[in-house]
Amino acid sequence: MENFLLTISLILGLLILLSLYRGIFGPTVFDRIIGVGFVGSKTLVLLALMGFIYKRIDMFVDISLAYSILIFIGTLVFAKYFKSKGAM
Amino acid sequence: MSIAAILFISAGTFFFATGVIGFLRFPDFYSRMHATGKGDTLGAVLTLAGLALYNLDAGFSLGNILVSIKLMFIVVFWFLASPTATHALLRAAYDSGLMPWTKDGKPVVEWPPKSGEDK
Repeated sequence: MENFLLTISLILGLLILLSLYRGIFGPTVFDRIIGVGFVGSKTLVLLALMGFIYKRIDMFVDISLAYSILIFIGTLVFAKYFKSKGAM
Repeated sequence: MSIAAILFISAGTFFFATGVIGFLRFPDFYSRMHATGKGDTLGAVLTLAGLALYNLDAGFSLGNILVSIKLMFIVVFWFLASPTATHALLRAAYDSGLMPWTKDGKPVVEWPPKSGEDK
């Protein structure tokens, strides 16, 4: 089971790198915002997996909980303040 | 219970992978949002639910049950929060006048849309 969790973590890290491409080179600013949100939601899962790998899940689950709220509020604030008429 | 956890985590990773493929390959912002909005939500929800099941595998002590309840709280919160964030971002892009992709480059509906609702 340890090896399985480690493999899943590696796959998630690879997916984070792939979706970081769109976050950097996205054609519009909204593509970059979803890129950040998508990387963040995979980091959320990766934090819980790291808690199981290091056997400190009681600590890492609190970090993961706070991080999920942070991503949500961040995306909402970006969506509110990057809205501009006729920018595209 | 460990088998169910492995199934859940594998399904969640599969949804993450399909979301990333759609995110990289779709032609415009709205269809990318279509891929990530669903892949993101379902991937995180399934993976964290699988981890909560796997955590209960070690025994039903009070600390284990508390950690599983916290993981399931993240699942419920994310199941509500991720579609809300997707909707807010999509509405912001639509109001900014980002045109949806069409094959011949001409808009299907009248563009830019008349702002019927004043916000």
